[in-house]
Amino acid sequence: MKTYAEINEKIKSGRAVVMNAEEIISYVEQKGLDAAAEEVDVVTTATFGPMCSSGCFLNFGHSAPKIRISEAWLDDVLVYSGIAAVDAYLGATQLRHNDPANMYYPGEFRFGGGHVIEKLIRGEKVQLFALSYGTDDYPCRELRTYITIDDLNQAIMVNPRNCYQNYNVAINTSDKSIYTYLGHLKPNMENLTYCSAGQLSPLLNDPFYETIGVGTSVWLAGAHGHVHAEGTQHSGVCTRTDNGVPSEGAGTLGLTGDMKKMNPEFVRGISLKGYGVSLALGIGIPIPVLNRDILKRTTVKDSEIFAPVIDYSHEYPQATGKFLTKVNYADLKKSEIEINGKKVKVGSLSSYSKALKIADILKEEIISGKFLLSEPYRKLTADVPFKKMKIAGN
Amino acid sequence: MTRKILLQFPKEKVNQPLVYDLVKKYDLIINIFRAKIDPDDNGFAVVDLSGTGKNIEDGINYAKSLGIIVNEKMTGLNWDSERCVSCGTCLPHCPTDALYVENPKTMKINFDDEKCIECLSCIDHCPFGACSSIFKE
Repeated sequence: MKTYAEINEKIKSGRAVVMNAEEIISYVEQKGLDAAAEEVDVVTTATFGPMCSSGCFLNFGHSAPKIRISEAWLDDVLVYSGIAAVDAYLGATQLRHNDPANMYYPGEFRFGGGHVIEKLIRGEKVQLFALSYGTDDYPCRELRTYITIDDLNQAIMVNPRNCYQNYNVAINTSDKSIYTYLGHLKPNMENLTYCSAGQLSPLLNDPFYETIGVGTSVWLAGAHGHVHAEGTQHSGVCTRTDNGVPSEGAGTLGLTGDMKKMNPEFVRGISLKGYGVSLALGIGIPIPVLNRDILKRTTVKDSEIFAPVIDYSHEYPQATGKFLTKVNYADLKKSEIEINGKKVKVGSLSSYSKALKIADILKEEIISGKFLLSEPYRKLTADVPFKKMKIAGN
Repeated sequence: MTRKILLQFPKEKVNQPLVYDLVKKYDLIINIFRAKIDPDDNGFAVVDLSGTGKNIEDGINYAKSLGIIVNEKMTGLNWDSERCVSCGTCLPHCPTDALYVENPKTMKINFDDEKCIECLSCIDHCPFGACSSIFKE
């Protein structure tokens, strides 16, 4: 048994023993659980993939004369300005003004909110165009200028939903191609897409939210941020395999961090043909080894984590809740997998290689005393289920 | 003898009077099949060079000395290893496994231009814009 304070003391004095969530699997197999629980202080987890429910609050500073912005665009991408005068929220999936979307199907969706966020973090210039109705104290009614992240007073990433605990595997059983947020799915189950870092993924290593809670320090694309709430659609009530690991979506995290401290390698605007734009993000979360049970759960491996294969031509869009089968991540990492007797090519939207890199960067930061752990001040809910929308009159 | 090559001009090298020099200094007959030269952008030219073996060799070396990329494999597909995050979206869409998992333990992706047939499917499918072709806008 260790406490957060004891682990932080070890980190500060440079004595902490830290391993990533992949290394810990074979280490515990060799050393045994009890000895390893004594020795190891922190296990680092990570993920890198599209996280649509992401965005940032920006403060532009005041112009002279002042403007109370009512509508604004950054590089022609609409930002939400229904907040204070020169504050705005830029969302990852907002499409650039005049993009033809799926008018010429499947659309290319070349540029949107995620790309603007990436440009800001790269330090590139972005055009601000703002409109207002004008007031006595904020007389300016229109302005156009260029800004960089250094010109902003604050650029705070606030993501309502990141780090889905587990995720659907998408397939297409119909006889025509479909374009989804999990990519182009060819007809007759020719290919499928998964999207999880599996054995490295944060909430798969802490399936019952014993250490990751509100207030937990996280590595958010290079910045030191924290969990500010359960993510939207968070649901601790889910189907689980015998080891307690969810075998469907389940938990999510609301994350926040200072965008000025982020590394553009881990914040990427993405274009999904026929679907839209989004943002791919890299996240690392440390799990303190408070006891042997917590350590045991971090030794979960790809072959023990299952995800549902869902038909995105019918079952997903119609919200039937049906799935074809469940498959594990060790099999998904092969180039082909057998589904209902058919060999299916595997693609992924989540990058295991980037996740591994992040888990190692976080490990180094902890070992060198740059990243301390924080005890959550509230646990994530484990008993609140996920509700469907009720359509009045149905 | 005749050799077909692909010349790639970085943006800042587009101004070089290469064709003139190859004709005048190296006595080469040049047949341009396809080219895009734009002072504001990277350019390319697919050409036949006909002449003596030595002159062709010297002409190619001269082009290289000017900073022009001489691509004898003739593949116009560019995989940007910095933009690529190794997600694996391209894998089921690449018909020849030119894009492949280099290391199954890290799932790191690499590109083998020998296998690439330039179907351009990766360009359509890469969410990160890591693939591009000099033959496609």
